[in-house]
Amino acid sequence: MTTQRTSGRRKQALAAAAVVAALLTTAACGGGDSDNGGSKNGAAGFDAANNKVAQASEAKKGGELKFASAQDADSWDTTRGYYGFMWNFSRYYSRQLVTNATEPGKAGAGVTPDLATGLAKVSDDGKTYTYTLRDGITWEDGKPITSKDIKYGIERVWAQDVLSGGPTYLKEVLDPKGEYQGPYKDKSKDKLGLKAIETPDDKTIVFKLPKANSDFEEMLALTSASPVRQDKDTKSKYGLHPFSSGPYKFQSYSPGKDLVLVRNTEWKQESDPIRKAYPDKISIKFFSNANDLDARLIAGDYDLDLAQTGMSPQGRTTALKQHKGNLDNPVSGYIRYAVFPQSVKPFDNEHCRKAVIYGADHVSLQTARGGPVAGGDIGTNMLPPSVPGSEGQKYDPYEMAGANKNGNVAKAKEELKACGKPNGFKTTIAVRNNKPVEVATAESLQASLKKVGITVDIDQYDGAQTPGIIGSPSNVKKKGYGIIIMGWGPDFPSVQGYGLPLWHSDYILDSGNNNYALIKDKTIDGLFDDYVNTLDDAGKEKIATEINHKVMEGGYYLPFVFEKFLNWRSSRLANVYTTDGYSGMYDFVNLGLKSTK
Amino acid sequence: MLAYLIRRLFAAAVMLVVIVMVVFSIFFLIPKWAGVDIATSFVGKQADPSSVKAVAEKLGLNDPIYAQVWEFFKGIFVGRTYSAGGDVTNCSAPCFGYSFRSEQAIWPVLTDRFPVTLGLALGAAVLWLIFGLAAGVLSALKRGTLWDRGAMVVALAGVSLPIYFTGLLSLAVFSYGLGWLDAQYVPLEDSFTGWLGGMILPWITLAFLYAAMYARITRATMMEILGEDYIRTARAKGLRESVVIRKHAMRSTMTPILTMLGMDLGALIGGAILTETTFSLPGLGQAVLNAIKNQDLPVILGVTLITSLAVLIANLVVDVLYAVIDPRVRLA
Repeated sequence: MTTQRTSGRRKQALAAAAVVAALLTTAACGGGDSDNGGSKNGAAGFDAANNKVAQASEAKKGGELKFASAQDADSWDTTRGYYGFMWNFSRYYSRQLVTNATEPGKAGAGVTPDLATGLAKVSDDGKTYTYTLRDGITWEDGKPITSKDIKYGIERVWAQDVLSGGPTYLKEVLDPKGEYQGPYKDKSKDKLGLKAIETPDDKTIVFKLPKANSDFEEMLALTSASPVRQDKDTKSKYGLHPFSSGPYKFQSYSPGKDLVLVRNTEWKQESDPIRKAYPDKISIKFFSNANDLDARLIAGDYDLDLAQTGMSPQGRTTALKQHKGNLDNPVSGYIRYAVFPQSVKPFDNEHCRKAVIYGADHVSLQTARGGPVAGGDIGTNMLPPSVPGSEGQKYDPYEMAGANKNGNVAKAKEELKACGKPNGFKTTIAVRNNKPVEVATAESLQASLKKVGITVDIDQYDGAQTPGIIGSPSNVKKKGYGIIIMGWGPDFPSVQGYGLPLWHSDYILDSGNNNYALIKDKTIDGLFDDYVNTLDDAGKEKIATEINHKVMEGGYYLPFVFEKFLNWRSSRLANVYTTDGYSGMYDFVNLGLKSTK
Repeated sequence: MLAYLIRRLFAAAVMLVVIVMVVFSIFFLIPKWAGVDIATSFVGKQADPSSVKAVAEKLGLNDPIYAQVWEFFKGIFVGRTYSAGGDVTNCSAPCFGYSFRSEQAIWPVLTDRFPVTLGLALGAAVLWLIFGLAAGVLSALKRGTLWDRGAMVVALAGVSLPIYFTGLLSLAVFSYGLGWLDAQYVPLEDSFTGWLGGMILPWITLAFLYAAMYARITRATMMEILGEDYIRTARAKGLRESVVIRKHAMRSTMTPILTMLGMDLGALIGGAILTETTFSLPGLGQAVLNAIKNQDLPVILGVTLITSLAVLIANLVVDVLYAVIDPRVRLA
């Protein structure tokens, strides 16, 4: 029996080796690239498009830009979409008053006029924003886009009972008391009853905020501020065929199968200062097998991955070995971390939290995330490098990337003594079961904490039910989840767009909660209040830095990495660059092809 | 015969009701017991209480489970209307539910994806029947020869190797490596040759697994039957060996094969999840996998019903065919 089993294992090992060999051999057929200086196949070189523009002059008008993806958008409705790639892609068919600048790197996180002739005229101590619309802006049927269309599009955010899923910042800022019921319950004849937005004529739109918010224009750059025409609003089904205000329009869409955009012939280049609209056609093919997707990218069947969350381990290995010139390694804007709910004892004690931070082996956690290239740099604080006010690894209060990078057992034991648990304690890590990398980090943390006497059980919960399981503080307490493994990226690049739902006490919710640590710190709340009232950039950055320091001093979080991805760019692509405006993704809207064939 | 059919159809209907109730329980009752708010899972990152409430209302989560099951069955025959927050969605009969993830009625999704799965299952079945039966019969007739041993080793490999292994291997070699086949799905209505090119590897991969099982069953059954008295009698009567095999032995061998075929085809028509996922085929299996990831209960329920229905119908057809193949069997 034993012999047979051994023989079976040998067979399996041989079979596995054969497959790996076959995969490597076949992958090797594509030919190699040099490390940096471009390649025989025309790729621009490793990291050539990371925070800089690659092969801009080679973009031609025409051709089909081909995206591939292992997942569909949450919704293509501009009000409902929340996935980062959806916001990026939606610029093909939707425009806003202002949008992210079409620039590489940090500059891409700035806001630039789109439908509006310029940035807002801000008055009344930052409480009134006035915009004038450009000439020649049209819908896909040739009718002009008016200020009323923009107001109606924004009003849809209030209809959360029908159009759930998207960001609700505009609702919270323009109508904090929740007086407006949304356009579908609006009793006024024109369904434009939201008092905070005025449209004195078709070319002017005025926003009147009850309270100033220095990030308001960033919020208007979100996809959820897109215009929607009332007679084309199909409510919950709008995402199946949004009516275009951009250079492309929907030709066909089959959820989970494919999506095709073609040129919107009514769109005029002179009315649009940011979109180059190079390709004639843009398509997305959805795959169910991530390895197949990567193999197709490498084979040149598709140009880039829509999701922009990095290649699978198998594809990554092949690409790094054989096609390095087709890869970029941007910082994603996400931080991956562990968070300590204060409702679960002994994490109500700051020293117990800090014992975990000191006890963790940060290099091992980084390795579990994929290492420095595919995983990212060791995270040392909770403000992503793309957010103004971030100090990156320079701010490292627990020396996680320095002296304590492999864990500091002595310091952890000191903290345990201070928290009244000199012999350690027992707790549970909650981790999503559909994220193997997160499970690997949980196991790494479990192993390193054992050395300091903290015994950890790992509970893998159904990842699809995240908001209902870890988003419910009562459930977290009941289950005894002392450590939750999660990740977060900015909705827009500011401390408000990143940290408000995580750290402000007003955002502790009964369900769908994201302030997992249950932080109720008056100083942090006060700093956020100061932030929204500060209009100058330098002042905003200073406050962002302070908030980050306060969060780290409280020991609520153990950051793992400032996440990085390895993303594929085909050799056909031109005018390619990553942008902080979309968390290190390629800026889709101005991608071109070198050849139209 | 008629009474038999009516009895079987009634049993099938009862079975479908039970299946629906079990699936409902798995997705609605178990999370409730675990203290999970299902409606929150359907809302995005910034869960607004009004949207959580509306989703619960739209999905009927506040209704008792029996009322939800009843509404579901009613929808199949008379259609349904979903409304919440001023948004009304009509789902015409046969309404197998409505996906609030993709904002689509389930029935058109199923009918759109069904041909892909049917094409995969039927094409693979033809291959595995040809190669499985041929290998099994030849092995039985040439027992102990090199052919027999070789065929059974290949069959053992086919049974042992999982589809995601053989599928990935075939893709790596024939598609990415040698480039002989594109292996990307093209709808039949767009291009017959494109469709054929995209289906060959999935067919072979799926058929490899099933042909192996069929070859082993055919061999074993055939060997048993060749030792029967009536085969000896047929040979003693001076019948040619080919006639003995074709008319007498094969007929009896087909009875268990047909049973297996009914079960296998029925199950595959409900979605060959692994094959469809490996080859990114947009069939029912891929739809149900995505639905499980997204907790899209209506899609899961729809595909489960189609699978159950397919298995039940296939079994019924097999039972009826027994009488045709083997006159000794009489339907009672």
